[in-house]
Amino acid sequence: MTNSDIPRERPLSPHLQVYKPMLTTAMSIVHRITGVALYFGLFLVVWWLIAAASGPTYFDLVNGFFGSWFGRLILFGYTWAAIHHMLGGIKHLVWDAGRGFELDSVERVARLQLGGSIVLTILIWIIAYGVR
Amino acid sequence: MSLRTPLSKVRGLGSAKDGTEHWWHQRVTAVANIPLVLIFAFVLVNAVGKPHAEVAALLGSPLVVIALLMMIGSLTWHMRLGMQVVIEDYIHSEGKKIAALIANTFFCAAMAVAGGFAILKLGFAF
Repeated sequence: MTNSDIPRERPLSPHLQVYKPMLTTAMSIVHRITGVALYFGLFLVVWWLIAAASGPTYFDLVNGFFGSWFGRLILFGYTWAAIHHMLGGIKHLVWDAGRGFELDSVERVARLQLGGSIVLTILIWIIAYGVR
Repeated sequence: MSLRTPLSKVRGLGSAKDGTEHWWHQRVTAVANIPLVLIFAFVLVNAVGKPHAEVAALLGSPLVVIALLMMIGSLTWHMRLGMQVVIEDYIHSEGKKIAALIANTFFCAAMAVAGGFAILKLGFAF
């Protein structure tokens, strides 16, 4: 029997849509999405570093982009993605150690991570822009 | 009876040929990223709103250069491994998958070299 003789429509295991949406599920998906966002966002970080290494004229141009409302919006989102992914990563390291798998603990940590990422992001921006 | 050869049993690398290396590197770079990214965040907070000369001097100071070089290395390795898993999860056509995996490696290598070069240039300028 060749491969083409196998029926194409074979049953698949149940996928995401058959499960009740939960915070922990959302956090898992967001961890991956923030990871992908940070991946492409590193381009902006490297762009800024190259601008700094290129001299004042180009640096001012790039800084002008990051200083605009659009640039700041991207950077604010990037800050949150980084903090959220970092807190999620720390959670995964704890899980890797075999700890924190109790249902109530998993739920509590998910809330802490979401709240913590928002608070820390705002805090970093207050320090960056508010102090001076 | 197992069909595995004694050599493959001893190596313990399984069908992926690299055993737990992928998982382990993901974790090691994750741990490294925590302090390194926090240092970078601290540098960025200090650089906001400053003119080029001051930012270049800050980015070019030896301790910052060392930390940022390590960060770029650890970050690009970490994100290459992460994106590899995403590609393997969602792209099922073999040709497209291999193309995406190669593009992933190229992008991460380009980011590592470009970022590393910019940091070194700033470092040697002072």
